[in-house]
Amino acid sequence: MFDQLSDRLQETLADVRNRGKLTEADVDKAMREIRLALLEADVNFKVVKSFTSQVKERCLGAGVLDALNPGQQVVKIVDEELAALMGGASRDLALASSGTTVVLMAGLQGSGKTTACAKLAKQLGDGGRKVGLAACDTQRPAAVEQLVTMGGRSGATVYEQGTRRDPVEIAEWALGQARSDGIDVLIVDTAGRLHIDEQLMDELAAIRKRTKPHDVLLVLDAMTGQDAVNVAESFGERVDFDGVVLTKLDGDARGGAALSVKAVTGKPILYASNGERIEQLERFHPERMASRILGMGDVMSLIEKAEEVSDADQAAELERKIRKQQFTLEDFLAQMKQVRKMGPLQNVLGMMPGAGKAMKQLRQVNMDERELDRLEAIILSMTPAERANPALIDGSRRKRIARGSGTTVQAVNQLVKQFAQMRKMMSQLAQGKMPDPQQLMKGMR
Amino acid sequence: MEWEELIPSSAGPPPDVRRKPEPGGRLARLRERLSKSRRALRAELSASLFDRLDAQTWERLEEALIVADVGAKATAEVVSRLEAEVEAGEVTGPEAIEERLVELLAGLAGRETPRLELSAKPSLVMVVGVNGTGKTTTIGKLAAALRERFGLEVIVAAADTYRAAAIEQLETWAERAGTEIVRGNQGGDPGAVIFDAIAAAEARDADVVIADTAGRLHTHGNLMEELSKVRRVAAKRLDGAPHETLIVIDATTGQNGLRQARAFAEAVEVSGVVLTKLDGTAKGGIALAIAGELGIPVKLIGVGEALEDLRPFDAEEFARALIAE
Repeated sequence: MFDQLSDRLQETLADVRNRGKLTEADVDKAMREIRLALLEADVNFKVVKSFTSQVKERCLGAGVLDALNPGQQVVKIVDEELAALMGGASRDLALASSGTTVVLMAGLQGSGKTTACAKLAKQLGDGGRKVGLAACDTQRPAAVEQLVTMGGRSGATVYEQGTRRDPVEIAEWALGQARSDGIDVLIVDTAGRLHIDEQLMDELAAIRKRTKPHDVLLVLDAMTGQDAVNVAESFGERVDFDGVVLTKLDGDARGGAALSVKAVTGKPILYASNGERIEQLERFHPERMASRILGMGDVMSLIEKAEEVSDADQAAELERKIRKQQFTLEDFLAQMKQVRKMGPLQNVLGMMPGAGKAMKQLRQVNMDERELDRLEAIILSMTPAERANPALIDGSRRKRIARGSGTTVQAVNQLVKQFAQMRKMMSQLAQGKMPDPQQLMKGMR
Repeated sequence: MEWEELIPSSAGPPPDVRRKPEPGGRLARLRERLSKSRRALRAELSASLFDRLDAQTWERLEEALIVADVGAKATAEVVSRLEAEVEAGEVTGPEAIEERLVELLAGLAGRETPRLELSAKPSLVMVVGVNGTGKTTTIGKLAAALRERFGLEVIVAAADTYRAAAIEQLETWAERAGTEIVRGNQGGDPGAVIFDAIAAAEARDADVVIADTAGRLHTHGNLMEELSKVRRVAAKRLDGAPHETLIVIDATTGQNGLRQARAFAEAVEVSGVVLTKLDGTAKGGIALAIAGELGIPVKLIGVGEALEDLRPFDAEEFARALIAE
């Protein structure tokens, strides 16, 4: 419904453009849209209140109301304020310079602690550290087995003593073992618990006291609603966590809960987990999350992803081409191949601007790998000259390409047209301009 | 709302099945559990909420419902309707207004008494949902309730073959509930597990098969397609199956719950919602939004970790718990 706040703001303020001036009433109208959108995104209502009054103040400030494109100005202010609320730059784990660093993981049931433990272990292990996992969830049936299995996949050493011992003792024992094994980082998995369960919160506090963790991380489900703030405040009081791991970001939750937790507790979000695979844990970037809440996509993450699977020179070249609108179908083909290496298509598309609606269409048309095969076939049926300059492709060439790829002329037309639009949008975006989301969408289709 | 209303059975529970006495009475227990989730709301909604009517009254009510995760849209509907009725003089006096509010909220959840359709023998109940909502736990509790309250022979099918140790987790619950379990191997075909469980139920003359499925985010098209396929396999194997498809929604879930329910309903024709983890401070208002917008009734609620902490959903009671003492 509020898929694209940026769309809606542009829409709300569109007619203003013709009049050339924003009035206070216009701003109020925009603030109502923002309020609804943020509530739909699960931002805590108190945070929403103070946020909208802050934004309003800035919007009424100098320069905005008379700007040529007030709609875009308002979106920009909202984006900046959201990013500010999420707390500037991201932060690293406080790893000890020597000895064993202890990371304690806590959270509600089902937030994804065990999985997050294994993913973090994998990431730290890949970074060359010797990682241990302590299995202190003795509550949930088979939680220990789950950690043993997933921990094994991450390559970490798992310290477990079954479910009969007291978790506080297990944690202490595991730390002793880890130290003598020369483990660099020990990640302590704990049972999911309700923040109002005094007994279990006492237990968590005791684990904290005994193991003296360098970092206490609260694992928070991105789909959490208004209650997130209560949960974070309670965990903050009892175990004074240092940061948040945000899970299940591969869904379509806007993650307003995360924003609220940051706004209310001041604790930064360190990591974001966004997939079923063990390597799908990323450093968190606040400014990108703001854009997600607004539905503006995440070009930076996309470029970084591309960097991960291609080399840096290629990525720099790609970025340059995107900026200069010299991105060719040849590059597109190469990118498509890279995209397949990047993981599930929808994760990648989720980072593209304007992809909110595109994702929906994606589900409808079920754009799968076969769809990509078809696109690939079309491009492969073009000559190198055509790929570099699609303007060359006239009627007879189209027929030839369609025959060669086993598709239709319409399909070829579509690809060429969309490619042109996409190239334009990408270039605008890379130059930091806000493209018209409507246009962008057409480009994505 | 009693279990017997949720699952009407002409035969009723067999005489040899003794219902466990409930400590402190059912209502008292539920109220006690729900009171925690109510407390926060009460702070917003003072007893004198409707004593004085002005713009702030409606604003406060709106906020209280938003905080309960009822959602902006459903909240606006309820509040504007109540406001209109009060202004038109159709409802007067603080108590009557509050009663009307309960009625409107309960109305969102649907007017019909929810039922679990288990008359076929065997019946198949498929349990679906995103990761971490409490599917496996719910199955353990439901199996226990069916066995202990209705004397039904239950087989649980461990068709979550994806998550590490999911099968072991269900095994523990099956043991606690005293039911049989049909399991495959991790990484195996979930459809085959359900297929086998149905065969086992037929061979052993069991009444109900409850199938656990792997948690999956509703945005993963391929995983949702896999779930549809599992459903088709079950439907081919057994007439009318699945007889119930329950989506498990965590009460802490915010507005995304609506998208979850919509996507699952598209993939597997969800017949009911199980709202879990109501023993925290989350109020689970998203269940009202789901019922109101998608017409999927809430059938069960989870209010704790113990085996007996699964209850039939009662819309009025739920609405009252949201706003009343």
